Amino acid sequence: MQVTKQIIITDEPLDISGLNRNIQSNQGESGASVIFTGNVRVSDEEQDLTGMTLEHYPGMTESLLDEILVQAIDRWELTRVLVAHRVGHLSPGEPIVFVGTCGLHRKEAFESAEFIMDYLKNKATFWKKEHYSSNGLKRDVWVESKQSDLDAIERW
Amino acid sequence: MVRIKIILFASFKELLNCSEIEQQLDNGTTIHSLCESLASRGETWEMVFSDADKTIKVACNQQMADMSTVLKEGDEVAFFPPVTGG
Repeated sequence: MQVTKQIIITDEPLDISGLNRNIQSNQGESGASVIFTGNVRVSDEEQDLTGMTLEHYPGMTESLLDEILVQAIDRWELTRVLVAHRVGHLSPGEPIVFVGTCGLHRKEAFESAEFIMDYLKNKATFWKKEHYSSNGLKRDVWVESKQSDLDAIERW
Repeated sequence: MVRIKIILFASFKELLNCSEIEQQLDNGTTIHSLCESLASRGETWEMVFSDADKTIKVACNQQMADMSTVLKEGDEVAFFPPVTGG
């Protein structure tokens, strides 16, 4: 089965509709596609959040993402995998990451998309800094890695 | 002697106010001994590099590496905190 993979790292806003069209129109012989989008959270807990900045290690990030996609292709019968990740400044609600997978059946598409996200969160060289503003006071916080994300790759 | 490039990312870059260093090392220097020498550059450097084995991620020529890696001429060594993308 022919597989195409694509990695996009950009400081431009992610065009989720365009990425979805890209996945839907390049499904090949697969019968199922799954797309996942992760956004900058807008919630009560983060009510003072004004945005975030994402930094990465150019070159290494691309090769780590490529390794993750190759592993997914080895493991599931897929025809297409696409990962897009934002860097630079993002506002609340903006998409950070997009993963699209096309598989022979839905199980392949669902599982591989989860696998890619779990590994991306643990391995890919991105770092988030959150910006908060409250009563005119601004503060920046580097996000710390979570044990739950580390635990998530144990199941694969 | 070997000449290497050190790159710092994210909170390390900000704390140390430094993104890149060119450094000459003795032949056979490991990443572990490089960390010890970086820790001696000042108080903040000590804070970042003194417990490096536990708290720091390191890559050599854009591949994840461990502290026992021996550095060679032209190596690019990157130090960074655990990743938080996605």
